[in-house]
Amino acid sequence: MRLPGILGRSTLLRNFLLALVAIGLLMGLTEVMSEYRNTQLADIAYTVCAAAGLTILTGLSGQISLGNGAFMFVGAYTVALLLKHHPWFHTIVGYNNREFILVLLASVVVAAAVGGLVGAAAARLRGPYLAGVTLALALGLPVLPDYSHLESKLGGHAGFPVTAPLQPGSVNYFRWQAWICCIAAVLTVFLLANLASSRVGRAFRAVRDDEIAASLAGLPVARIQILAFVVSAATAGLAGGLFAVVADSVSPGSFPLSLSLGLLAAAVFGGLGSLSGAVYGSVLITLLPQWSTDLSHQLSLSTNVVNNLPIAVYGLALVVAMLVFPFGLQGLLAQVWARARRRVGATRLATR
Amino acid sequence: MTPVNLIIYGMANGTIYGAVALALVLIWRSTRIVNFAQGGMLMFTTFIAWELVERHHQSYWLGLVVAIAAGLVLGAVVERLLVRPVENGPPLNAVIVTLGLLLALEAVAGMIWGNGLSSYPPEFSLNFYHVGHQVIYLSPNFLFIVIAALAVMVALYLLFQRTSLGLRMRSSAFNPEVARLLGVRVGRMLTLGWALAAGVGALAGVLIAGTEPNYMNPNGFDGLLILGFTAAVIGGLDSPVGAVVGGLVVGVALQLLDNYVSGDIDFFFVFALLVVVLMVRPNGLFSRRSVRRV
Amino acid sequence: MLELDRVVTTYGAVRALDEVSLAVPDGEITAVLGANGAGKTTLLRSINGLVRPASGSITYAGHDLITSRIEEVVTYGVAHVPDGRGVITELTVEENLRLGALWRKNREETTASLAAMYAMFPPLDERRSKVADTLSGGERQMLAIGRALMSRPTLLLLDEPSLGLAPRITAQIMATLRRLRDEQGLTVVLVEQNARSALSVADSAVVLNLGRVVVQGAAAELAGDAKLRHAYLGF
Repeated sequence: MRLPGILGRSTLLRNFLLALVAIGLLMGLTEVMSEYRNTQLADIAYTVCAAAGLTILTGLSGQISLGNGAFMFVGAYTVALLLKHHPWFHTIVGYNNREFILVLLASVVVAAAVGGLVGAAAARLRGPYLAGVTLALALGLPVLPDYSHLESKLGGHAGFPVTAPLQPGSVNYFRWQAWICCIAAVLTVFLLANLASSRVGRAFRAVRDDEIAASLAGLPVARIQILAFVVSAATAGLAGGLFAVVADSVSPGSFPLSLSLGLLAAAVFGGLGSLSGAVYGSVLITLLPQWSTDLSHQLSLSTNVVNNLPIAVYGLALVVAMLVFPFGLQGLLAQVWARARRRVGATRLATR
Repeated sequence: MTPVNLIIYGMANGTIYGAVALALVLIWRSTRIVNFAQGGMLMFTTFIAWELVERHHQSYWLGLVVAIAAGLVLGAVVERLLVRPVENGPPLNAVIVTLGLLLALEAVAGMIWGNGLSSYPPEFSLNFYHVGHQVIYLSPNFLFIVIAALAVMVALYLLFQRTSLGLRMRSSAFNPEVARLLGVRVGRMLTLGWALAAGVGALAGVLIAGTEPNYMNPNGFDGLLILGFTAAVIGGLDSPVGAVVGGLVVGVALQLLDNYVSGDIDFFFVFALLVVVLMVRPNGLFSRRSVRRV
Repeated sequence: MLELDRVVTTYGAVRALDEVSLAVPDGEITAVLGANGAGKTTLLRSINGLVRPASGSITYAGHDLITSRIEEVVTYGVAHVPDGRGVITELTVEENLRLGALWRKNREETTASLAAMYAMFPPLDERRSKVADTLSGGERQMLAIGRALMSRPTLLLLDEPSLGLAPRITAQIMATLRRLRDEQGLTVVLVEQNARSALSVADSAVVLNLGRVVVQGAAAELAGDAKLRHAYLGF
């Protein structure tokens, strides 16, 4: 189905309009939802940022990362430290857009820089070696605040609270948080979608599909791979920054291994490389703990079971997904869609 | 701690890391998969042993034997059911399957035994030996650990290099197609490889659990996986000898860093160590294959 | 007796073997000839079970080779030497040879066979404990054949044994094959690019083209038919 005129030709314009529609819908949603639901929406939204970046890294450029939670950690602490140490945020009465955006931008930049370093260090690594290094990253970065020499600066094991900027006027605090996160998520997905269909996206795919051929064709393979890391770290950093604001505090304990694995799960469930898949996946992993808690209360299961059920379900779902739907939800939907199309096409032919 | 003691203590720990590394290398050589669930598997078998020893007051040795047996079974089952379908597909799928298994095992262990901390009762004393007035950072328990780990390594070496079963397993790993043509049941060899690896891991789990109080926890063995993986990578994923050496390197390096820099950030040191080694030798120290360059 | 009946093997949409029917007499050397892509390698792989035919039947000594597992085929007395040698380079020469006899699980036989192989191929004797990676092309071919012979086959399938080898060594290998046929009644199916040397050692020959059998008959006759040689065999 081709859209008329310029809409049909320009992916950028199409994505832009989609983004506007999405923002409109989400704004409407935040109006009607309860405070609790708005918090959930905020959680889903920043998860989308991180999951989208990861799905680009792993699906599009073919590099696995088990450590994007560490980039979230970097972003979160950047935001938290900036908000803590810059008194001009506190003294300004009411709401200040510009500085807050700068703070979030800082989380993106710092996380991107760390991502670049990691990507450069890991540039020659493939497959399980890369997986192992990123796994070590997931465990290794969040312990830094425990380091005695950095304790005073980074708040140590207990972490420290985050003083978020106040919301404007009479807007509900939770609705406002949901707004920010949703706008960030839509923006992130928009930018990534354009990246994916640009020359850079094609370069990612070329390197993923056949490194040697890409290198022979003149592509700077290592640089492209590092760029992919930078992109995914940047989005994870943004997610971390938003998390710091929504959660009101940061501590090393907020960034366990299961966070990184959860992001991977979200990308996998949705279908690696698919941005809409990242959205479904994020919804799934954010709501899953709540659903399983509700379920276990209904079934009156013991505390041990209740606590561990979400993770058990993730783990099981990951295994089942790989064995049964290696292409994730997006792949499944695509198959269903293709089959439906063929049937429609066949009916059309038959009725000629 | 004197440097000598640091090294002794580090090497003692290192033999355990080497055992875990060996398990990972066994699996890698036979199926080209890194078993990220290894930490979860050995955690689970150690908990089973703990249940017997701590709750049902059985002997330490029974616990050890049961753990190893459980490991053998678990390894075989995992390979046959979960890994076989993804063995020949894209490597990412196998990674995700093992990660999913890791999460599932940790969660199920938490459901059965809770998420708190418990201790595994060691069989031997944890008190350090004395030579005259000098303390040597080696306890009877550690000596036992080292001997057990080395014994297992020697046994595996003999199995692989000197028996026809070992020959079958190696040929299945190096060239499954040719092995099949020669009548080797490659599938069975792969299952056996996983079973052995899991058995070795189970041994390592029980050994390390007794070295510190409050070690037992569903998530408590994540570090061991990472340390074992680092050791395996440093030595080269293809090399069993490398796994053992890598274990010693990691054990000593960590001990030195802990002592001279900080004891709080072990995981960060591991990450740094891994990065440094891989930047210099992307395929590990002992690997024979070189990185393909265009 | 090895019999193929209307075997069809496909790779995707391509019919690599198109209704191939063939009877390989026992105790003879049969050459399978044809241009690249004619289906020669596919033929051997189908016999072994490395590739499953879509239809048709392949039997040997009363066994149905299509439904058999690859690991079972060697127990029927069929040994395959794949192209690219099929030597396991990470193992030593002796380990490669031992591997050939493993399925028999008979230590005395293995020791006797080993001695026989070393006698037949002296260069292998010199390099017993060397890793196969260090062997030259000709030595690897000897090792591959030796390993196949260790399983005491009655049917030996050879895929392009002369590829990349010096003519002197090729002649040596062909002489060995003739000797085994004479002494042990070994049946040999020899897939070769080098039709001339294959025809000089074979008893019968089959020519494949685009997955079909175009000619079948005594080797001497085929060698004498100039038109045939020009059309399919390149000399």
